Amino acid sequence: MTRFLFSQLFQTLLVVLAAPLLLGWVNQCRAWLQNRSGPGWLQPYRVLRKLFLKDAVLAYNASVLFRITPYVVFGCMALAASIVPVLATDLPFSPAADVIALVGLFALARVFMALAAMDVGTAFGSMGARREMLIASLAEPALLMVVFTPSLISGSTALTTIVETLAHSRLAIYPSMAFAGVAFVMVMLAENARIPIDNPATHLELTMIHEAMILEYSARHLALMEWANAIKLTVYSAVGVALFLPWGIAQAGDWTMMPLAIVAFAAKMAAGGAGLAVLEAVSAKLRIFRAPEFLGMAFMLAVLGILTHFLLER
Amino acid sequence: MILPLSAQLINLLASLMLLLAFAMLAQRRILSLIHLFALQGAVLTVNTVVVAQSTAQAHLLYSAGLTLILKVIVLPWILHRLIDRLNIRWDVETLINIPTIMLVGILLVILAFNLALPISQLAGTITRATIGIAMASVLLSMLMMITRRKAVPQVIGFLAMENGLFFAATSATYGMPMVVELGIALDVLVGTFIFGIFFFQIRETFDSLDIHHLEKLKEK
Amino acid sequence: MELLLVLGIPLTGSMLLALGGHRGRAPEINALMSLLTFVAAAALTTRVIADGPMLAWKEQFFIDAFNVFLVTLTAFVGFTAALFSRPYMRIEEQRGKLSAGRLRLYHSMYQMFTFTMLLALLTNNVGILWVALEAATLATVLLVSLYRTPASLEAAWKYFILCGVGIAQALFGTILLYLAAERVLGSGGGALLWTHLNAVKGSLEPTVLSIAFVFLLVGYGTKVGLAPLHNWLPDAHAEGPTPISAVLSGLLLNVALYAVVRNKVLVDGALGTHLAGNLMMGFGLLSVVVAAFFLSRQKDVKRLFAYSSIEHMGLATFAFGMGGPVASFAALLHMTVHSLTKSAIFFAVGHAAQKAGTQVIEDVRGLINVSPAVGWSLMLGALAILGVPPFGVFASEFMILTTAIHEHPWATPFLLISLGVAFAAIFGKVQGMVFGETTAQRLPHAPAALPVFAHLAIVLLLGLYIPPYLAQWYRQAAQMIG
Repeated sequence: MTRFLFSQLFQTLLVVLAAPLLLGWVNQCRAWLQNRSGPGWLQPYRVLRKLFLKDAVLAYNASVLFRITPYVVFGCMALAASIVPVLATDLPFSPAADVIALVGLFALARVFMALAAMDVGTAFGSMGARREMLIASLAEPALLMVVFTPSLISGSTALTTIVETLAHSRLAIYPSMAFAGVAFVMVMLAENARIPIDNPATHLELTMIHEAMILEYSARHLALMEWANAIKLTVYSAVGVALFLPWGIAQAGDWTMMPLAIVAFAAKMAAGGAGLAVLEAVSAKLRIFRAPEFLGMAFMLAVLGILTHFLLER
Repeated sequence: MILPLSAQLINLLASLMLLLAFAMLAQRRILSLIHLFALQGAVLTVNTVVVAQSTAQAHLLYSAGLTLILKVIVLPWILHRLIDRLNIRWDVETLINIPTIMLVGILLVILAFNLALPISQLAGTITRATIGIAMASVLLSMLMMITRRKAVPQVIGFLAMENGLFFAATSATYGMPMVVELGIALDVLVGTFIFGIFFFQIRETFDSLDIHHLEKLKEK
Repeated sequence: MELLLVLGIPLTGSMLLALGGHRGRAPEINALMSLLTFVAAAALTTRVIADGPMLAWKEQFFIDAFNVFLVTLTAFVGFTAALFSRPYMRIEEQRGKLSAGRLRLYHSMYQMFTFTMLLALLTNNVGILWVALEAATLATVLLVSLYRTPASLEAAWKYFILCGVGIAQALFGTILLYLAAERVLGSGGGALLWTHLNAVKGSLEPTVLSIAFVFLLVGYGTKVGLAPLHNWLPDAHAEGPTPISAVLSGLLLNVALYAVVRNKVLVDGALGTHLAGNLMMGFGLLSVVVAAFFLSRQKDVKRLFAYSSIEHMGLATFAFGMGGPVASFAALLHMTVHSLTKSAIFFAVGHAAQKAGTQVIEDVRGLINVSPAVGWSLMLGALAILGVPPFGVFASEFMILTTAIHEHPWATPFLLISLGVAFAAIFGKVQGMVFGETTAQRLPHAPAALPVFAHLAIVLLLGLYIPPYLAQWYRQAAQMIG
């Protein structure tokens, strides 16, 4: 039992602590692709430390909601980090690892973030919240459609079961998963405020979405928000990896596989991060009005995945 | 149920066909459209070869060769020449409302899958599951022809529809008899040439390849 | 042997005229080739009458009562249209509407078109039937845009795209047919041969065949000009050269309908229900009604008669859909008389338009004063196509209507009203064109009156008296169609 708890704690801490590293890695790759030397992989940690050391400034009319939101958001993300099967499939929390619950968890964090953004009453916050909700209302159905394809293949919406089915059964080509994979990448870009939907590197008022929402935050609040964001990216990548490249994950009860699983996970994350950087480097940001089109495409691909599953794989 | 590897490969290629059909539906650039078309031809060729190998149907290899020559090399080459000569290589089409088109596309796919269900239960081929996809790509190409306003994309839609039909023939029956296949290939080739002649005639007369000019003849 | 000649002559003609189609004597060579084709077709017909249905060339060709009369009809109308095209194209050339190169294209493709249609009719292979019909589209599409006017380009583009989409559906239907056939006959060339299919039609898979027939009907139906896929037809007829309008209307539509009916025989045999017939009746009736109501709104005389073609093809499709010996007999007769009458009308209309220098109905006036031959032929042709007794169209329409009253009374009011509307529309417009004041000039070449009156005479004859051997043919064909 303690062993179980230990493994659970280990995974949660690993994801939470390693999350800024992934962000730093993506930024570094992007810098290389743009022929810059870049700030180094560890830059996000330095930023976080700097922010934690500062004194927080709150708006005069900020309510309790504004103050608790960073903790709620961070909590949601940390919880998400602990239920996604990253290293092994039989963690104590894994019965809770239902994909629909996971989508709901993200939605909860988002609702708090949007409310807090509007709480202070500045124009940018409200605008950001509105845009975020527009994107979310399109991305969430698409995300659900994406996860339905692997659920249909494995006959369950529990992430652990899906991963078990995909990773430890005989190798088979699932064309529907190709559709779902492409759609998942598109949704992930939108949900994590990456190019082409949003640009995390600028504060240009006409285009920013996510940054507009957290514009009023400072110091430890901001640090938690940024950190939560990094965890979100990591969790998304972990879910993607678990669904579409599940090989190497430790089988239930197989502790000897753990070190290999950690190496495999790190390698997959590094490759995924580099891929994300390439994607961001080669594409341009879309106008906000084109975002529905982009997400509509993702939704369509996900539906196609389900349809091809019904046609080809039964 | 685990299918044999060849069947899995065929299914994967079939999904690629469908994906390409959708990509063509949404693609605005003429140049990328031609690339997609050539890619579709390549997928078709690979698929035909896989089917030929796994079923030991020698005549399918000939038709794979025919596809390779006609749809991957000759037709895209002609189209490239055409857009060079017409100087429309970088043309971008303004497509209205891609999400709606996509939605209609999905409905067509559902329709096609439903229609194909009884057929594929009867077909004895290992490729039978892909009949629905073949039908869907035919319908999607048709949708593409309807939604396009420029001459060249319309023609590419027409050719893509022929690709879908060829795919249908391969997946439902391991290809049509050779005589018929040759006849179809000839028709497609001649058709493309005539389309080319047409482009020049249309350009000469209207100074543009926009089909909008071709909407004068209507019932008052 | 005759078969080889029937197919070989137009193909050779096409090659010859591709080289020298712009020379001074090219129209005569064109006509001569068509005459030779007709003679060969007549020889083929006498042989089939004497020996019964025949298979040739490893069963790749099949001739029975149904297609042999269409072969003769096609060759005959092809010949008379070539005769008509001789003065017509000369006049167009003198007026500077055509260059030498286009004239060459025209003559070569005219023969090629004849070849593809004859191939479509004679082949026993359902796949080759498709290939030939597509080739027929390809051969005519550049002829529709021969004048290179904006309108003609548009018409040709529409024709190409719509028929291309349509015929692609037909190919899908053919693939499905092959799928069903392969299960019974085994793969390979034999499974697409109509005679083989016909022999085993009872054991073909009904679900597949019913889906296949929907695709085939939509596909070939586009070429027949059935509503709602008829849009290309009036444009292509109005904007192309008139001899091409005549052969499109008189022949191509027939051949496409032939393709539908051949497939219907198979589907009926496999299904044992009336599904195919009901579909055809629906589309046919819709075409009749739609065409009749568009007729009264036409300002262009060639468009007017193009819509009339849609109406009559709809009527024939409806009759084939009803099935039974009488209705099928009537449909076959209707195909014959419509083909003859409509091409005669287009010949007359062509000269009338050349005289007046326009195709707009209101600007063509007083034909009977300028050229009695053209005036009378247009008037008589219009009366014939409207089903005035004693012309042959009356006989076929009468049979179709009486069968409809007996078997499908619900359809009768639609048919009667449509025919009435069509009568009022066409007769009113043609009357104004034939009679009335005019200042038009004489034409530089004498109009070709012979083809028109020959056609009308045959139609008149068919209305009064169908020769026993012809009736025998029709009966055989009708029995085969069922």
